[in-house]
Amino acid sequence: MELIVFAVTAVIAIIGAVAMVASKNAVHSALFLLLNFGAIAVLYLLLRAPFLFATQLIIYAGAIIVLFLFVVMLLGAERHEDNRDRLAWQRPVALVMAGLLLAEVAYVVVALPAQAPVTTDEGFGAPEVIAEQLFTTFLLPFQVTAFIILAAIVGVVVLHMQEKRQV
Amino acid sequence: MVPTFYYVLLSALLFCVGVTGVLIRRNALVVLMSVELMLNSANLALVAFAHARQDVTGQLLVFFVIVVAAAEVAVGLALLVTIFRTKQTTNIDDINVLKG
Repeated sequence: MELIVFAVTAVIAIIGAVAMVASKNAVHSALFLLLNFGAIAVLYLLLRAPFLFATQLIIYAGAIIVLFLFVVMLLGAERHEDNRDRLAWQRPVALVMAGLLLAEVAYVVVALPAQAPVTTDEGFGAPEVIAEQLFTTFLLPFQVTAFIILAAIVGVVVLHMQEKRQV
Repeated sequence: MVPTFYYVLLSALLFCVGVTGVLIRRNALVVLMSVELMLNSANLALVAFAHARQDVTGQLLVFFVIVVAAAEVAVGLALLVTIFRTKQTTNIDDINVLKG
């Protein structure tokens, strides 16, 4: 049963990713990315990570995709890309390199020693466990994230101010 | 029960799709989306290994990665808007000087 859910979700995730790269319109790309994020959120649920499932949906599928769609529509950038590459050999070489990377990674994964089947504890990945770790062992990194977000906010404001000065 | 192996293989596949997107697309917005896809595939591998080892630390690392990704997207998109205002393009082949 779990395997069927995994297979369907994995196929959806791959379709979303490939369609995101392949679609010409940037709005379609953002929406296919949303499909992919949703599928990955379901996989988190299968991996007993309900907290990350919620975080993925709120931050990625909510905030980040909305930001992308907003900027794409603000810039009207959805049809700006012309198909002619300035370096004609770039695209085939890029595809070959990506294929090589895939082969390499797949080889490493396949070559992994066989692992014992996972036995899940009852309370594994519960939000309470994560919160306990977050506010004890990882308290310092957790506070550093506040500074990261502050730096991002200041950066965005500064970028916008410079823009104003030029006009 | 799904073997961890399948999750890691899926994660590798998604990562390679993201790399392909960064390499072949010329629209800076789609390049940024491909970077997000790669971050997500790495997150998936982390959660899969956390599940395999029954250790919640991997999930916490994913939480921090999500925070950094959100900050990165906010700053990256602000940069793109600024570049678009001055150069009227999002094609990364046209953005080839450091001067604003």
